[in-house]
Amino acid sequence: MTHHRPFVDIRHAQKCFGELEVLKDISLQVEQQQIVAIIGPSGSGKSTLLRAINDLDPLTSGEVWLDGVQVNKLLPHAQYEKHINQVRQQIGMVFQHFNLFPHLTVRENITLAPKLLKGVSDDEANALAEQQLEHVGLIDRIDYHPSQLSGGQKQRVAIARALAMKPKLMLFDEATSALDPELVEEVNQVMKMLAEEAMTMIIVTHEMGFAESVCDRVLFMDGGVVVEEGAPEVVFHNPTQDRTKNFLRKHLEGAK
Amino acid sequence: MGLDFSVVPGFFDVIMQGVFWTIAITVAAAVLSFFGGIFFAVIALYAPRVISWPMKGFEWLFMGTPLLLQLFLIYFGLIQIGIDLPAFVAGSLGLGLHFAVYNSELIQTSILAVDKGQMEAARTLGLSRGQSLRYIVIPQAVRDVIPPIGNNMIALLKDSALVSVIGVTELTLSAQLAIGRTYRPFEFYAVAAVCYYIINLGMEAVLRRLERRVQASR
Repeated sequence: MTHHRPFVDIRHAQKCFGELEVLKDISLQVEQQQIVAIIGPSGSGKSTLLRAINDLDPLTSGEVWLDGVQVNKLLPHAQYEKHINQVRQQIGMVFQHFNLFPHLTVRENITLAPKLLKGVSDDEANALAEQQLEHVGLIDRIDYHPSQLSGGQKQRVAIARALAMKPKLMLFDEATSALDPELVEEVNQVMKMLAEEAMTMIIVTHEMGFAESVCDRVLFMDGGVVVEEGAPEVVFHNPTQDRTKNFLRKHLEGAK
Repeated sequence: MGLDFSVVPGFFDVIMQGVFWTIAITVAAAVLSFFGGIFFAVIALYAPRVISWPMKGFEWLFMGTPLLLQLFLIYFGLIQIGIDLPAFVAGSLGLGLHFAVYNSELIQTSILAVDKGQMEAARTLGLSRGQSLRYIVIPQAVRDVIPPIGNNMIALLKDSALVSVIGVTELTLSAQLAIGRTYRPFEFYAVAAVCYYIINLGMEAVLRRLERRVQASR
């Protein structure tokens, strides 16, 4: 008998900050090429869950598996560091505040990690940067510094930087929340393109419209638990839980 | 007996030799204080206590006692335990470590001021903590701290006169040698003062250029 092995497998995730339990026994499976949106009010634990996947916020208990490898395995410190750096190379992450490296050019932002960690030569790294920037439509900004870019451009560079490591999985932590409304679309476009290229993605977002149009599955989290989960048309249009209904109603009012 | 600067040109070589050694020891000590400052800062912030606590004691020693005494200790004191350093080395070491401790304080504050997201982004890409510090955090911290470190380096140049007491023939000692031969203290101290001032101007120009270059990459 063979067990099906989910690509991303979070088992009984629990996370406590002191007395506060921000994740309460959450399990989540994501298949390859799936796109999952996590929505919910702020403080619901959605970012914490996302950041547990690459162990940026280590779980208090529970397991995270990626492609058959346990991410948060128990190892002596030095071995664990080696292991986690290896795992993180396979998981791209995009942050709300971009976190580009301001002292480096766009090119250097993208080439740093491949050169340092994969031993890619200068020429190959440059070709890689050009290719990724072409991809996100910013090839003409290759020698700019991040401070010379708009928010939307910064976020597209951040996505290109993550993609240059050829990740198996992309995590988006409110990638458009810090952007001016008119800049949101260009970033959404890039994410849609990734979706079409069959990248596996887990997206924490406040953008219900985007989540509905791109994602295969939506999780609504509140108070550290998954309240409701299902296809976008179900969660957004026929939610069964009162908490989901309330959240969506408030969110729609807020958006008006 | 009035002032007579006509004796000065005869000691041009002596004074220029002094200028050379003043610049040499300032550069050596400045480089040491810069990298030493980064090293101490990283240890203070990231090393386990068994290492960082003794380092704290070492810092107190260098901040809480006179530089002159530290130079005596390194040059004359260490001989007793078998470490016989040439005067230039002892002088650079004393000056360099002294200012490294001050630079370390500045760099520590600056490292802590670098946005946490920078370390997170670097770690997320798969960089180790050491790599993240070296390529991402420290360059930004150092960039922000160049103006105050520059002020320390000006102070270092002026304090380099102290190494004359352990026999490094830098500018101050060279002036004294000339005075010993001519009994004209005002003339030669004045010449030395002018030389320090000119070196100082040169150093400020270099620092300003460095700052401008670093500002451009913001």
